[in-house]
Amino acid sequence: MEFVITTYCKIKNNAIWCNGQKLFSVKEMPASDFLKEAYKFSEMNYPKFHKMDNLSKLGLIAAEICFKNSDLLKNNDPENTAIILSNHSSSLDTDRIHQNSIANKDRYLPSPAIFVYTLPNIVIGEIAIKYKITGENAFLVSDKFDAETLVNYTQQLLKTNMAGAALCGWINYDGSDYEAFIYLVEIQKDSIKSVNFKALNQTIVNQLYQN
Amino acid sequence: MEVFTSYHNIVSPLGFTSEENYDAVLNNNSGLKIQSFGKLNESFCLGSISAEKINSWKKNYIGFEKLSKLELLSIISIQDVLNKSKVSLSDKRTLLIYSTTKGNIDALGSNANPAKAYLSNMANTVGDYFNAANTPLVLSNACISGLLAIIMAKRSIESGQYDTIVVCGGDIISEFTVSGFKSFNALSAEPCKPFDKNRLGINLGEAVATLIVTNNKNLINKDSAQIISGAGANDANHISGPSRTGDGLFHAIKKTIQNQNEEIGFINAHGTATPFNDDMESVAFERSGFSNVPVNSLKGYYGHTLGAAGILETIISVMALNRDQLIYSGGFKEKGLAGNITVIEKNKNKKMNAFLKTASGFGGCNAAALFKKC
Amino acid sequence: MDALIEKLKVQIIEQLNLAEVKPEDIKPDGPLFGDGLGLDSIDALELIVLLEKHYGIKIQNPADGKKIFESLRTMAEFIKSHGKS
Repeated sequence: MEFVITTYCKIKNNAIWCNGQKLFSVKEMPASDFLKEAYKFSEMNYPKFHKMDNLSKLGLIAAEICFKNSDLLKNNDPENTAIILSNHSSSLDTDRIHQNSIANKDRYLPSPAIFVYTLPNIVIGEIAIKYKITGENAFLVSDKFDAETLVNYTQQLLKTNMAGAALCGWINYDGSDYEAFIYLVEIQKDSIKSVNFKALNQTIVNQLYQN
Repeated sequence: MEVFTSYHNIVSPLGFTSEENYDAVLNNNSGLKIQSFGKLNESFCLGSISAEKINSWKKNYIGFEKLSKLELLSIISIQDVLNKSKVSLSDKRTLLIYSTTKGNIDALGSNANPAKAYLSNMANTVGDYFNAANTPLVLSNACISGLLAIIMAKRSIESGQYDTIVVCGGDIISEFTVSGFKSFNALSAEPCKPFDKNRLGINLGEAVATLIVTNNKNLINKDSAQIISGAGANDANHISGPSRTGDGLFHAIKKTIQNQNEEIGFINAHGTATPFNDDMESVAFERSGFSNVPVNSLKGYYGHTLGAAGILETIISVMALNRDQLIYSGGFKEKGLAGNITVIEKNKNKKMNAFLKTASGFGGCNAAALFKKC
Repeated sequence: MDALIEKLKVQIIEQLNLAEVKPEDIKPDGPLFGDGLGLDSIDALELIVLLEKHYGIKIQNPADGKKIFESLRTMAEFIKSHGKS
């Protein structure tokens, strides 16, 4: 069985790339404004988007761009599709907002709609809800992008039939810093062969992340 | 390849070794206490580790002044396991997986060192203490983190990448989590009552638990179990509300028990004691055909220890399995659940071969794993 | 009362991040939950925060929220009878 990367998406520096092509870019602006522009560009028309924290918004846009350019959801059982994500800042961007809401005795107003996003795997939950994906999940935290762990773990899930496809990558949002790199992994079948597919291995994943 | 659990440790309000903890649970001691907490001096029922006890341990550890509370407790827990097993984290074939939801979240509220709030920073501090050869892997997947860390450890060993994985999980009680769960209206002011008809919500607890997972048969001891299988699944329903149909948990269980014919002696459930979570679990267990399998939750003894919970509860359950004991589901009196299940009403002896462990959490995540005697 | 209802519309849109909803979309007597605005369990808790933040009203038992948050009008009536100002 051969595992291949069928689509990948990168979001950083006020721009969105898919499969190596720049799809969208805007002038320099605050990260939260960029997410609004990127949302409009994605045309996902999903009012719940506005309720999400920045990490989930970033993850959802990256997932939307990937799925728009992929047949993964058509070709695979949602029960058998895994979501494996990682980052450095976990949910700290939203953690700080919650912390500020309880920092002062006289203005002590924690918000449940913010607190619920103080877990990094909520972005996995939001992607799962939007695309009805019910397979395996894992959210990993590391100093920097760790292709070795992501690739090994995904391969193990696919080899042992715990998943038939996967959405993997890195979604980091921390103050003004943001970066998304999402790639879709499928099992190469005759029905979905393409010369543009890339083999799933550490070297290639690192290359796609760095380029 | 066969993968086993080996030596373990629990640091909690009920003791600083697994044995102390097991005896306390068996004697129906609870770590939960009503106490004043936070800036507003509100009353909460919490399972906290006494500061005096932590201070009395501090003197044993070099460089403790620089360690956060969670780092210190983690080092105490891991050290105990490494001493007993002679496993070394400086071995290239050994990995530390750290499971946590909030890590050093207390670093955000103080001026101390905000960099410590980054989860990998905390895990690296713990790894460095033991001269870890490999960078620790951090898993932060809400309330299933601990159980998922055990499942990941098994998978990583099966892939051939490692032979032994030290799985450690921990979270502390912080104003951050207490205020957040309060705003969610999820906290019970009294000791929690999982699966009881009068359950009112969760209590937060703190603990660190460490479990060695390995393919090395020389590390099998009287308190080991074989990890037969494990799986995860997402509800894809709501980010905080449990699924009414128990779909995600049902699927995690289905994937875990397919092709297995072990008779399940008991289920150690997540059992947080919120009305909706326990209903959801009962529905998923009934749908799985487990209405007559004894079920317990250990949250009545510890509260919800977040990133530690799955590991702590697996350790107690492995000990119960090897002793052929069914442990009373602490806090339970009278059943009031959407699904038909059998909650353990008192400690009992029962010859058993295997148990099922489950967990569910925010983000719609669920996990299950099957353990059997070695 | 009508002025309070108008104010509430804006506050609800802001507090619940209903970016694609306009004040005129929320009917004073229409249901806020269920088919109405499509609000969920987190929104219900968030409305409790709104009452405390803008009107200094603390709801001790969140179960009471069900009646209070039936519609904009029931919310406004509750504020009138419990508010400090």
